[in-house]
Amino acid sequence: MNIVNPPEFRVKVDQEKCRKCKRCLQSCSFGVYEFHDRVIPDNNKCVACNRCVQTCPEDAITINESPNVYKDHPNWNLQLRKNVWKQAETGGVLLTGMGNNLPYPIVFDGLVVDACQVTNPSIDPLREPMELRTFLGRKPDKVSVEYVNGKLRLKEKLPPQIRLETPIIFAPMSFGALSLNAHKALAMAAKDSGTVYGTGEGGLHADLLEYGPWTIVQCASGRFGVHSEYLNSGVAVEIKIGQGAKPGIGGHLPGEKIGQEISKTRMIPIGTDALSPAPHHDIYSIEDLRQLIYAIKEATNYKPVSVKIACVHNVAAIASGIVRAGADIVYLDGFKGGTGAAPTMIRDHVGIPIELALAAVDDQLRKEGIRNQASIVAAGGIRSSADVVKAIALGADACAIGTAALLALGCSLCQKCYTGNCAWGICTQKPELTRRLDPEWGAMRLKNLLRGWSHEIKEFLGALGVNSVESLRGSRERLRGVGLDAQTLEILGVKPAGR
Amino acid sequence: MTIDAKGVYYRELNQEVRAAIAAGETDIVLDNVNGQRYIADGVRAKVNITVNGVPGNDLAAFMDGPTLTVNGNVQDGVANTMNDGKVVINGNAGDVLGYGMRGGKLYIKGDVGYRVGIHMKGYKQNIPVVIAGGTAGDFFGEYMAGGILMLLGLGREEGAPIAGDYIGTGMHGGVMYIRGEVDLSRCGAEVGTMEMTDEDDKVLDTYLGEFCSDTGCDMDEIMKVKFTKLYPKSSRPYGRLYAY
Amino acid sequence: MDHWWQKDMSGCGLSGLINTDGARVSGAVIRKSIALMHDRGNGQGGGLAAYGIYPDHKDYYAFHIMYTEEPGKPARDLELAQKETEAYLDKNLAVKLGEDIPVKITDKVRSHPILRRYFVKVRPDKLAAQGFGMSEDDFIVSTVMHINDKIDGAFVFSSGKNMGAFKGVGFPEDIADFYMLENYQGYIWTAHNRFPTNTQGWWGGAHPFTLLDWSIVHNGEISSYGINRRYLEMFGYKMALHTDTEVVTYIFDLLVRRHGLPVQAALQVAAAPFWKDVDRMPPEEKEACEALRMVYGSALLNGPFAILFGHTHGLIGINDRIKLRPFVAATKGKTVYMASEESAIREIEPDLEKVWAPRAGHPVMVELDKGVA
Repeated sequence: MNIVNPPEFRVKVDQEKCRKCKRCLQSCSFGVYEFHDRVIPDNNKCVACNRCVQTCPEDAITINESPNVYKDHPNWNLQLRKNVWKQAETGGVLLTGMGNNLPYPIVFDGLVVDACQVTNPSIDPLREPMELRTFLGRKPDKVSVEYVNGKLRLKEKLPPQIRLETPIIFAPMSFGALSLNAHKALAMAAKDSGTVYGTGEGGLHADLLEYGPWTIVQCASGRFGVHSEYLNSGVAVEIKIGQGAKPGIGGHLPGEKIGQEISKTRMIPIGTDALSPAPHHDIYSIEDLRQLIYAIKEATNYKPVSVKIACVHNVAAIASGIVRAGADIVYLDGFKGGTGAAPTMIRDHVGIPIELALAAVDDQLRKEGIRNQASIVAAGGIRSSADVVKAIALGADACAIGTAALLALGCSLCQKCYTGNCAWGICTQKPELTRRLDPEWGAMRLKNLLRGWSHEIKEFLGALGVNSVESLRGSRERLRGVGLDAQTLEILGVKPAGR
Repeated sequence: MTIDAKGVYYRELNQEVRAAIAAGETDIVLDNVNGQRYIADGVRAKVNITVNGVPGNDLAAFMDGPTLTVNGNVQDGVANTMNDGKVVINGNAGDVLGYGMRGGKLYIKGDVGYRVGIHMKGYKQNIPVVIAGGTAGDFFGEYMAGGILMLLGLGREEGAPIAGDYIGTGMHGGVMYIRGEVDLSRCGAEVGTMEMTDEDDKVLDTYLGEFCSDTGCDMDEIMKVKFTKLYPKSSRPYGRLYAY
Repeated sequence: MDHWWQKDMSGCGLSGLINTDGARVSGAVIRKSIALMHDRGNGQGGGLAAYGIYPDHKDYYAFHIMYTEEPGKPARDLELAQKETEAYLDKNLAVKLGEDIPVKITDKVRSHPILRRYFVKVRPDKLAAQGFGMSEDDFIVSTVMHINDKIDGAFVFSSGKNMGAFKGVGFPEDIADFYMLENYQGYIWTAHNRFPTNTQGWWGGAHPFTLLDWSIVHNGEISSYGINRRYLEMFGYKMALHTDTEVVTYIFDLLVRRHGLPVQAALQVAAAPFWKDVDRMPPEEKEACEALRMVYGSALLNGPFAILFGHTHGLIGINDRIKLRPFVAATKGKTVYMASEESAIREIEPDLEKVWAPRAGHPVMVELDKGVA
């Protein structure tokens, strides 16, 4: 007997409203709908991506949670039971997409922000200057200047910096995980908004070369598409050691997804698997990382090199090591970071929250007197401008958004990215689906998101009585904790509200 | 009558002034003023007050009727939320002048500082008027909601700008007349420029005439240069900012 | 990593004068000026700094030390603190003279901490023992940080040569009377009237804040304090005095003395030009301004401020970039005045030659004539 894993959702079609236009059949990329004189949904296939609901002209479709109940058990929620049933059936590793799904406490939600009153004025961001410009890169301990004919001159140039007009960048997501149209949207939006996006480990498609000045190219363990021209085409190179969603393990893009464009970009044969090993096989110790960093610097005439790591237990020591190994930017990816595909168990149980990692890394680098040697980018569950403000106050130079960017492109967080059936054309390679995402439209949506968040950040800064983001960066004093335990506050370096 | 303010604490001084007004005095001169605050604050009687010296902050705040003349420089906060009356300054003035002014006139012969004429408002027949003869700092006319603001730029160094940055930022009412050309890049996004009309010329004539007679500035000299009119492009400048 | 401090903000009135020809005047002059601005403070803090006041000891660092309770900390034995400090001084420095700072109890200032001053020099053997190219000034700074941080109840509030800070809880004119500043002659004087809200009754919280020969009086609040402080801690500075102004002194010590930035460039770090103005600069100047801001962003002072810096060779005044605090400068003959209000200047010099309001973010820098100091 075959035990069928119970469907999560129930699709209801209001047959009276339905005018049988069959648009739902076209929209759904998961094969939910069939038509036999009326629209018939297969609940087992539905993932609640809501594409059909949005495209139905009669608003005739409702997606509910399945009403079938199983007896409640506090230790074995239904999902856990389903996991066992699935594995008993397949003998496989449970796979999932996007970020951590379990109800861990959200530290950001226990932090509140200061505002100025009476003893210090707030500033009005709509009418007065408010500066968000941020530079990522290695800064020297001091600057050597002189006055020549009364004009200020720099005596010693600074190492190259990445200039951002707002302290938010787009997180690296590979072409392979994402469609080319999604990449195009990210690149265009990065250019227009004065920020950068990351290629992820899938290489840089030729069509996107013109966006080089707004691109951070990634060199990951699989070295896909990594060659000299590639390394030199972006504004910085990122060495990906790990990512928050799956610390310590590698990645796998199955051969079926390696079509012509991906094959060309990743420089691997069509139809072969794209395997990203867990470690870079040339980095088994910190001095190896230093070696790779400098190899890349030499190959690019010293562009900034970023090192992306997942947040794990000794992230502070690792970050310190990375900075001393020569990294110009440390990208911290917390355990709530998203992914196109990861084993569910790893995604949900490995890694630590970005808030704590960020505080620990910032403290450690300051303690060692090396905080200026690298910029810190914080990622992994940055959901709003409020999270960005809090992350900056904890010490981040900038935040990276992955999930939020995909949501802007239409994603509804159905978490089925790994199936390659994304109804929004975002994380799929199927041409009939990728054509649903218009890069210009996508770029506009991303720009809007950045614009809205940037305005909100300015409102926060104004309330804080600060007109440059540098004066908030690392200023734990502007945060207080509500409902956070003493130990957490100690690690965050934040006082409890009331103190 | 004359009151010698030398060494007199502001509280006593202002009490003396109020007592004099209550007793029916209509022309009061304060000599040797230096730093006393709150002179003429809240006074409604239509009296004439002359201040000789440098008065302290918040001169004529909430004033509602008198004519106040100062022979000397003034500091910050002059005519704060003033409702009616006239203040003439024969000297330079500091920051935050005419904040929230709702009526009356403030004439300054010399230079003014930062944040002059913030949120000036008009209401029915109340039109506040602020005229500065010299230059101004940043945020001139910030948040302007009504009234008339004029800047003449007299006596400034060759090539020196007449005002700073962020002119009229947040302007959503009222009108500004600036003598000479205005660099729009120094103005807030809410500000537009226009050619002067006959109506505008009449306004200038009325108020500048009075200004010159009060401060001794030369009307002919002033009118040799064309004025630029600045107006608010919208009364709802931030309509597209919010997501509903 | 200590995140659990409390800090207070700085009000509210300041005044300063410099006789560029080195003519020394008594403290009574600046007292008159700051007294006019009585209402800018609340009587919970006042202080003055003076340069040129110890000509007989001008090659010695003049340490002014107060032994007093610290806000939020348990009571301590102040005589013990004094003993421990003096032992530390005797051990590490050459102490020429240690004495009580002369004071006069009045009905305005009735009680006070133990107030002592010591004229000291760095001992060559002690300096050499530090090894790695430490300068005399570094040694003094490290001594000051040690006493403030490690000896409970002891606070060095002045440590420069031929200069001194005099401060406490009370209106500045009363503090001036208390320290009998009419008996001191100096060519640079600054004074400050404070309006603290957090730390009433804390003698260490009044202005000026000093380190070596830098003295700072400040009107405003530093909203970037949280990060200014953490940045300075990276370089060994200890914020012991619970007031935001303290960071200004150390930022200048770091940038000017240790990093060798010209003073004007350091002022530009504190009150950095806006990006919109930097973008319009010619390329070489733009590059330099960008570099300063990139490297020293954590030293940017945000929040409203008007600050007077005194140092051995002159007096500097500066406003924040959008002029949120009042600041007036004036000249008469060889004297330059700077104050929160014009009337405070006219109170001591009614007949001024030039009076002006300096532009936001643009410092007024006045140097003593050559040979004066």
